[in-house]
Amino acid sequence: MSPDQWIVTATGAGLIVFIAWFFWFAPRNGARARHDHGAQEALIVVKGGYTPDTVIVKSGKPVRLYFRREETASCSEMVLFPDFGITAALPQGEAVPIDLLPTEAGTFEFACQMGMLRGRLVVESSIETPTVNET
Amino acid sequence: MDESSQPARQESPSSPVGPASLRLGIKGMSCASCVSGIESELSSVPGVVSASVDLASSTAHVRYHAAAVNLESLREAVQSAGYETADPTLASVDGVSSEQQAQEKEYRSLMRKFQFGALVSVPNVLLMYPDVVPGLTDLLPHGSQEQRLVWGAMGALSLPVMAWSGSQFFTGMWASLQHRTANMHTLIAFGVSAAFIYSVFAVAFPGWFPEGAAAEPFWDVITVVIALVVLGMALEVKAKGRTSEAIRKLIGLQAKTARVVRDDEEIDIPVEEVLVGDVVIVRPGEKVPVDGDVIEGRSAVDESMVTGESMPVDKAVGDEVIGGTINKTGAFRCRATKVGKDTALANIVRMVQEAQGSKPPIQRVVDKVSSVFVPTVLILATAAFVLWYDFGPEPAIAYATVALVTTLIIACPCALGLATPISLTVGIGKGAENGILIRSGDALQSAAQIDTVVLDKTGTITRGEPAVTDVIPMPAFDEQDVLRLAASLERTSEHPLGEALVEEAKKRNVALAEATDFLTVSGKGVQGSVDGRMVRLGNAPFLGEGGIDTRGLEDIAGAFSTRGATPVMVSIDDQPAGVVCIADTVKADSKAAIANLQSMGITVMMLTGDHRGTAEAIAKEVGIDRVLAEVLPEDKADKVMALKAEGRTVAMVGDGINDAPALAAADVGLAIGSGTDVAIEAADITLINNSLSGVSKAIMLSRATLRNVHQNLLGAFGYNVLGIPVAMGVLYPFLGILLSPALAGAAMAFSSVTVVTNANRLRRFKFDGGHP
Repeated sequence: MSPDQWIVTATGAGLIVFIAWFFWFAPRNGARARHDHGAQEALIVVKGGYTPDTVIVKSGKPVRLYFRREETASCSEMVLFPDFGITAALPQGEAVPIDLLPTEAGTFEFACQMGMLRGRLVVESSIETPTVNET
Repeated sequence: MDESSQPARQESPSSPVGPASLRLGIKGMSCASCVSGIESELSSVPGVVSASVDLASSTAHVRYHAAAVNLESLREAVQSAGYETADPTLASVDGVSSEQQAQEKEYRSLMRKFQFGALVSVPNVLLMYPDVVPGLTDLLPHGSQEQRLVWGAMGALSLPVMAWSGSQFFTGMWASLQHRTANMHTLIAFGVSAAFIYSVFAVAFPGWFPEGAAAEPFWDVITVVIALVVLGMALEVKAKGRTSEAIRKLIGLQAKTARVVRDDEEIDIPVEEVLVGDVVIVRPGEKVPVDGDVIEGRSAVDESMVTGESMPVDKAVGDEVIGGTINKTGAFRCRATKVGKDTALANIVRMVQEAQGSKPPIQRVVDKVSSVFVPTVLILATAAFVLWYDFGPEPAIAYATVALVTTLIIACPCALGLATPISLTVGIGKGAENGILIRSGDALQSAAQIDTVVLDKTGTITRGEPAVTDVIPMPAFDEQDVLRLAASLERTSEHPLGEALVEEAKKRNVALAEATDFLTVSGKGVQGSVDGRMVRLGNAPFLGEGGIDTRGLEDIAGAFSTRGATPVMVSIDDQPAGVVCIADTVKADSKAAIANLQSMGITVMMLTGDHRGTAEAIAKEVGIDRVLAEVLPEDKADKVMALKAEGRTVAMVGDGINDAPALAAADVGLAIGSGTDVAIEAADITLINNSLSGVSKAIMLSRATLRNVHQNLLGAFGYNVLGIPVAMGVLYPFLGILLSPALAGAAMAFSSVTVVTNANRLRRFKFDGGHP
């Protein structure tokens, strides 16, 4: 192989590793829900994705997530919590509250109707000392 | 004016209507302190009994005396607390129409972007293929300075196409990358960018390319791909709009105004201002504005738009009317029982919208694929570039770039993501138009797989109300006489069998007389004096106690009890007079509906608490072979579980209240509701028109929808699984085929349009077995 082929091959391999890391393995930042009026609250902005896309809450306490959609793309007009059986329409610019009560610890996905936008609700057990794992 | 139409005007707390209640949407509440402010303002309105505000749902629940309060005063109260009221009627009316407007706007904007891209594409394509235009090759000889200048100009023209027509791809890519996700925008943006960078180098630095390699730019690819994908998006928006037509139709049923009686005057008011307890006047040809009970007049009402029942339904005093239905023949007055968000129509709309957004189990598998799809395509495209560069023919850089760009552009995550939800939206909407409310994608998928249907007897197969089937007099007596005396005696009783007698007498226009010396012997019968004659009504021992010879009566009764009817013996003046047979009768269309299910290959069973004899008589009448009789209510769910354990996929059909545990235990619980009773919690599917024929319709529709989902998924998966390797160039070593990026753009654009169009075919689904 010629030097330029070596360069292209090495760059391509590096790019592939980077893509896999970037989308699948890189650490993600989560936001811890605030405690307010007895419920755990968080505001999630919907614009090309969910910001924050990981919300950390405690089990056994009511959770209220406000979703505010700041785009017109019809992709994100619904948000679904399949594990909780919740579906909500998100009119543009309106903070739509979604109430749920996680009873068990675990990671629960939420997504748009087509599954292109994804987020996670990380429920930590409220009994044991939380192992803060914000990845 | 009739006295009975006015109770709403009485203001005393002992008003027969009692306080009415309403829910009021409130905008702009953000904290608990807003709640108490609004509550105290609302409570201070004269006539308001109580007001409570819920922050979660942003609504105020107000109890008030209908006569004293109008909506405007409540609005003012909320405003004086510093907030605005939201439209208290169908929350979704605004939402849907604004969504429709937004869709229309998006469509127009995409079409303009497409037109611009297409306009630029024409010269771009012609100049890239000068052989097509006579004389062009002579003007711009290959490799000449003129050609390079023209290429440069084309590049300058392509830039605004990228920056405007293709802007959403770049902004979409940027937004998604910030979230470490990727979607269609990412793929198109990367593909177009790669083509652009290559083209810039090809025009600006042709010397960098290997000798002999024709360094041709891809301006045509850039503009054609952007134009086609944008056109595909526009068509998709248009087609998607049609998928939610069903729900728009339902919302459109809502009446705009209502004529109510206020202060003894008939006034027209906006339907939002109708309060529970208001007396509403509905004339022939008008829409019934809200749910209510008829208090005066009679008419036939066309309920087909809500229940799917094609025949108009007769309404008389005491009957329920549904908001959004059309009054046909006569005028009537009704008292509003449910308004705004509580009406049957609003509930239907809400349930349908929720169901359309839910995911069936099949979608969870698709989700797993689509979550890794785009990064995988990025990796494959990179690999294709490297392989072509290392092993491809010269000019390797050109082939490698073509493979990279084509792979990025042909991949279509949208078709995959759309396949299921778009068919669900159409299928569930279609159901709602026909009185079939499917609660979720789960319910739909299970319903499509049903092989056993268990029917509750009373109220499901039968009307659920006993009726007189036969009156058989003894030779010395007249049939009419026996009925008249028996019904007169029973007039004061509240026993369901007694009610059946009175109903029958009414039907036959038999005038009833007054009964005296009335005596009930619990579990046996009744006796009393009518027109001076001693009448006894009951079973054989009861009549026997009176010294009556019941042998003749018992012979008649015996024949009927084996047929599932309850025979009641009548004696007049201590003489055996006759037998009245009372039975729960089968609904008119039950037999046909059951035959229909059986013809679909479904096993139909009956589940009932009744005696085996009665149950089997009914089962025989409607054509059911397998009867589970004498099952206690609490054991019904166990029976359903046992059937599931046999490996069957079981649908339980019942009334949704007594059968709730059995409905919940089944794979699919279908509740047969009627009138405004739509939000039956235990049911996966609610049939609004109180008819068994809805069961087979629901299963047929679910099967058709699931089939449509499968077609879409097969198409979307198949397209990507075949298209991506071809784009990468796997066919090249064998057939010398490498796909053109512009062709990939066309394929990608129309793959998602195809999915939406296929889903729209479901709109034409016919319940008589016609497959779309």
